[in-house]
Amino acid sequence: MEYKMKLTDEQKAVLDGAKGEVMAKVMKTVVMFGDIFGAEKLVPVTHKDGHLVTSFGIALMKPLFSTMDKLIDAGITTEGKFTVDPRPLDYANVKCNLLEKIAFHVMYKKQKDYEEQLAKVGLRDSDSFTCTCYLDEVGNIPGKGDVLSWAESSAVVYANSVLGARCNRNSGMLDLFGSIVGWVPYFGLVTDEGRKAKWKVIVKTTKKPEAQVLGSAIGMKVMEDVPYVVGLDKFIGTQLTDDAKAYLKDFGAATASNGAVGLYHIDNLTPEAKEQGESLILPDAKEYVIDDEELERVYASYPVMWKNKDAKPGLCFIGCPHLSYKQLCDWTDALDAALGKAGRKKVAVRTIMTTSPQVKKKFAETGYYTRLIRMGVKLTSICPLMYTNNPMTKGRAIVTNSNKLRTYSVARYYKDKEILDVLAGKEVGK
Amino acid sequence: MKEFKGRVIAGGEWKGEAVVSRQGVNTLATFQKSALKNAKRVIVSDQNNADIYGKDITGKALCLPITIGSTTGGLVIQTVCAMKIAPAAFLFSEHIDSLAASGIVLARIWEDSDVIAIDMLGEDFLSSVNTGDRIEIRSDGTVVVE
Repeated sequence: MEYKMKLTDEQKAVLDGAKGEVMAKVMKTVVMFGDIFGAEKLVPVTHKDGHLVTSFGIALMKPLFSTMDKLIDAGITTEGKFTVDPRPLDYANVKCNLLEKIAFHVMYKKQKDYEEQLAKVGLRDSDSFTCTCYLDEVGNIPGKGDVLSWAESSAVVYANSVLGARCNRNSGMLDLFGSIVGWVPYFGLVTDEGRKAKWKVIVKTTKKPEAQVLGSAIGMKVMEDVPYVVGLDKFIGTQLTDDAKAYLKDFGAATASNGAVGLYHIDNLTPEAKEQGESLILPDAKEYVIDDEELERVYASYPVMWKNKDAKPGLCFIGCPHLSYKQLCDWTDALDAALGKAGRKKVAVRTIMTTSPQVKKKFAETGYYTRLIRMGVKLTSICPLMYTNNPMTKGRAIVTNSNKLRTYSVARYYKDKEILDVLAGKEVGK
Repeated sequence: MKEFKGRVIAGGEWKGEAVVSRQGVNTLATFQKSALKNAKRVIVSDQNNADIYGKDITGKALCLPITIGSTTGGLVIQTVCAMKIAPAAFLFSEHIDSLAASGIVLARIWEDSDVIAIDMLGEDFLSSVNTGDRIEIRSDGTVVVE
């Protein structure tokens, strides 16, 4: 094949088939992809543990399964072990009616086969299904400056922004291919220049902005550019505490799903902003001021996609991306207080919280878990989006505090406080 | 008639109808409903994109700035290309984004797809072209809006 980037002899040999035809095809994909972005070279993946976005065995994704088969037949595995996004199903904690189960069975009938494929190619273990692989409990944590071959938009934006790692917004398959060849193209967010901000976002709200709405506003405005956000540290602090990290996790997921942000800098807080300050902002950067009015404008712009727009909420999902341990504790306390105030013992709407298997295990050993379950909440490690993909679930009038879930489903978004009101049985309008 | 010149990502010659999104196209949200139903045509299911929501984009030239959203995007493009329900061409006004680029490369290398992709056609292209316009694509990256 013709290519423009400079390859080492070792890389050329792989491309020419020294490691077999399938490996050459994998390499060709990586090189062609890099050439489109003018990458001058490939650089080594320094954090070998990958993270894949494609965790679901949706039967129609035939290209995925056939490519995996080709890799396995050729004896190809990743250099390190990888984690992967959440599983789609957990009937024990996310109960479904017969029709929903039939639909899920058809949709995800390749799940078992696909998980076997993942295991053969390099899956870390059978508990490695979460979108928050970077949390301490899960332990797939790159260091500052590490080059990654990850996908999952919320994980990539977190790794880049909060951990200071270097990863482009890879697609499914490219995440795997980079982890196999051990190189990724040198462009975009992997380079110093690509990490400079094209936007200065000035937060001028009178109170701490809802992470998911602020992220949504910024994502919709800057699209794939890098924003440098000033004025947020006064609300979430200048240290990466558990609270700050949880806020940034949810904020980032919204920037990445409502836009295409792969990296953000928070003045006085995220590692590169702390080191380099506003010198990260390009001279011709555009400005976006966010005040209370702007946040309300963005919030009011979300369409209500329920069939019956006046329906009463029938199901609530909290935890997209997966909740951290601290968030689970905080939700338990907040829910306890809200229900107590409303004179209730159990949630008024069926509620499912989602978290990684490792956090779930840790949380289940605490008194918080007992309290949460006693209030009628179910805890699972599935991906709510994969649940809402089932057309039979569309009539359920789902509410969520996740802007990502709102974007990819007909779930209705509510702010955290409003979700608490819904769960306490109060009427919440808009 | 207006002529624009872009960069060829995946070349080809084609004539047909344009569907235009002036905002970023969320790949997963756009294609997922039709793909999940194993439909014969893609009817855009992205509720946040009023430009193309509900429109049939199979076999047409999808004119857009970039794609946005979930990193499943490339795999989704590869899948709809394999299912033969993808747009015939992706015409980007800006530099192609990493997810769309992945999808085009995966479709070309692993599915032998003939999907066309041209990027950097410029802002003027996206503001000139309208849904329903007739489009001619030449192999050198020229796009003629009739």
